[in-house]
Amino acid sequence: MNTANDATEQPMVRFDGVTKSYGALTVLDDLRLDIGRGEKVAIIGPSGSGKTTVLRMLMTLERINDGVIWVDGEPMTHMEKGGRLVPADPRHLRRVRAKVGMVFQHFNLFPHMTALGNCIEAPITVLGLSRREAEERAAELLDLVGLADKKEHYPAQLSGGQQQRVAIARALAMRPKVMLFDEVTSALDPELCGEVLQVIRKLGSEHDLTMLMVTHQMGFAKEFADRVCFFYQGKICEQGNPQDMFAAPQNERTRQFLRAVMDSV
Amino acid sequence: MWDWEYAISIMPALGKAALVTIQATGIGFLLALVLGLILALLRMSGPRMGWAVSALIEFIRSTPLLIQIFFLYFVFPSFGIVLDAFTAGVIALGLHYGCYCAEVYRAGLEAVPRGQWEASIALNLGTYATFKDVILPQAIPPIVPALGNYLVALFKETPLLSAIAVLELMQTAKMMGSETFRYTEPMTLVGIIFLLMSLVSAAGIRWLERRLNRRSAR
Amino acid sequence: MGLYSLSAMLLAAVVAIAIMAVSETFAIFVPGLLQGAWLTLQIALLGCVLAVTMAVLAALARLYGPLPLRWLANTYVEVFRGTSALVQLFWLFFVLPHFGLTLEPFTVAVVGLGLNVGAYGAEVVRGAILGIVPGQWEATVALNMTRWQALRRVILPQAFVAMIPPWGNLFIELLKSTALVSLITLGDLAFRAQQMNQTTMKTIPIFTLVLLMYLVMSLAITICMRLLERRATRGLARGRSA
Repeated sequence: MNTANDATEQPMVRFDGVTKSYGALTVLDDLRLDIGRGEKVAIIGPSGSGKTTVLRMLMTLERINDGVIWVDGEPMTHMEKGGRLVPADPRHLRRVRAKVGMVFQHFNLFPHMTALGNCIEAPITVLGLSRREAEERAAELLDLVGLADKKEHYPAQLSGGQQQRVAIARALAMRPKVMLFDEVTSALDPELCGEVLQVIRKLGSEHDLTMLMVTHQMGFAKEFADRVCFFYQGKICEQGNPQDMFAAPQNERTRQFLRAVMDSV
Repeated sequence: MWDWEYAISIMPALGKAALVTIQATGIGFLLALVLGLILALLRMSGPRMGWAVSALIEFIRSTPLLIQIFFLYFVFPSFGIVLDAFTAGVIALGLHYGCYCAEVYRAGLEAVPRGQWEASIALNLGTYATFKDVILPQAIPPIVPALGNYLVALFKETPLLSAIAVLELMQTAKMMGSETFRYTEPMTLVGIIFLLMSLVSAAGIRWLERRLNRRSAR
Repeated sequence: MGLYSLSAMLLAAVVAIAIMAVSETFAIFVPGLLQGAWLTLQIALLGCVLAVTMAVLAALARLYGPLPLRWLANTYVEVFRGTSALVQLFWLFFVLPHFGLTLEPFTVAVVGLGLNVGAYGAEVVRGAILGIVPGQWEATVALNMTRWQALRRVILPQAFVAMIPPWGNLFIELLKSTALVSLITLGDLAFRAQQMNQTTMKTIPIFTLVLLMYLVMSLAITICMRLLERRATRGLARGRSA
């Protein structure tokens, strides 16, 4: 089942029995999750439910203890060797990882580079683009996120919302097929969340990117996502399309969580 | 290349010399601790005094210890005070490292919250009592590791005393070398002795640091 | 001390030396001492270059090298920090020839002091690299950079800023330790001072001049490093107050 010939029929991302633990603490337990091409999936759940770990594993920021993660029809955490899957070597990891991009909660912009510098750094050093090509691409993307006039600004000169939009442009400049958004508005003042969500909305409607986001913004998840996954204690407790799930959650845990979140808003 | 018999035969003499090194370290550091505190307090006593003391500290820290040792050793006699080499060397060590310690004390004193002074005034404690009973007991423990590092640094500079013929480790090794034309064993042994003592004292400082952290966390 | 106070001290020291250079008691010593100071400066500069190189190599080896290389770097740092600079110089000068390797005193001076300060510098470099927040590394992974690209383009440029003040102190330490080379027959500033002192016994004028000359060199280093630090932090925090 893992070796279908037509790549387009493969899910974009597949977590195949993935387990992650820190010592005795199991953060994710036998995760099985397929994400289709162009699908927008929102991951919700209480803190400590393992939802951020899902993204971090997919970005190879965390090593997995068991199972295999597939991206675009090929194994990422592993590689085929003599007909068997063995743990991936760094080269294989880098090749497959190129299909994934990530935006972080705390932006993680490079403070010693301008907005433009942040966006052209990896395209030049990693993709081998010429400076001109990289700058053209970056200019386009900074325009897309509405920061064409902030090219020469350093991160410290930008607001949190602007920094996060630069971070989105920076990730897009690598032309990933899958974009991961890890609580991208959590570190922002409430009045700045809108501009970032607006950019994500635009990306969703204009590109066929596969998007995976961990979020606390239930309203945004409901309106934007094709599917919502509710994580609880390292497992997917419930998933489905947002309208159904927010209107009539099936699981008691989901109900409790949604009630608590909605009350606090 | 390496003659074990010779190496063993010189060990007692090196051991005796190590005692001189340790003595110089101990007395020199005691001097540095006292002098450092005095300099730190003088520096905080007023703007003009503060500037003068800062300049003095900067001066002593900016110039080589070796020159300072020579200076003290050769200059005192011209004022009619003849110091033996050991005393002159130890004073120079204490003076030099006192200036480093002064900086450490200052950091410790500045870390004590202003409120402690204000509370002492509110309790009508005198300046001296405030210092002795309130401020110093809070300022000293956090800086013990930093002071310990300077103790180790001072220890490693004692070989400079060989330049004015104090019979510490280095000078003893050098004399052995010039007598027998075998430098390998004495010099290497001196290196090993220094390495061992440094490693032991570094471990001691780490242990002290942990203990102090535990106490302040409680 | 502030930049202004330091500059004032530097100016005062230079003026004092200039006045002494034309006064009767001091003038005869000045040319010889300046020659010594030139040698001191050469040893210090070359030593700095070696120290920085060794520090970066040792720090990278300790952090990212394969096991044998890591051990080698650890041993280097522990041995050179654990013994004293003079012991190291004497060992290179007196013992190495017994193993068939005789170096010029000048080479011994540069190598000895450079390796000594490099060992301390390795800790500075390592600390600065470890001080970079993990998020910066994570961003480089997300951008698919190699570890070397990440280090070169993202981590080291930021760590550099944190390294400037401790390196300033180490350069001063190195300059001061150059006085030790007078004990292995090199004609540096300290050596000339002793020589003149022995022949003329005019201790106070000679050593006053020498101390002032060292002070000038040290203050120049301190001021340069402060200016460098100011420039580097400004680049990093551009508009942070805005």
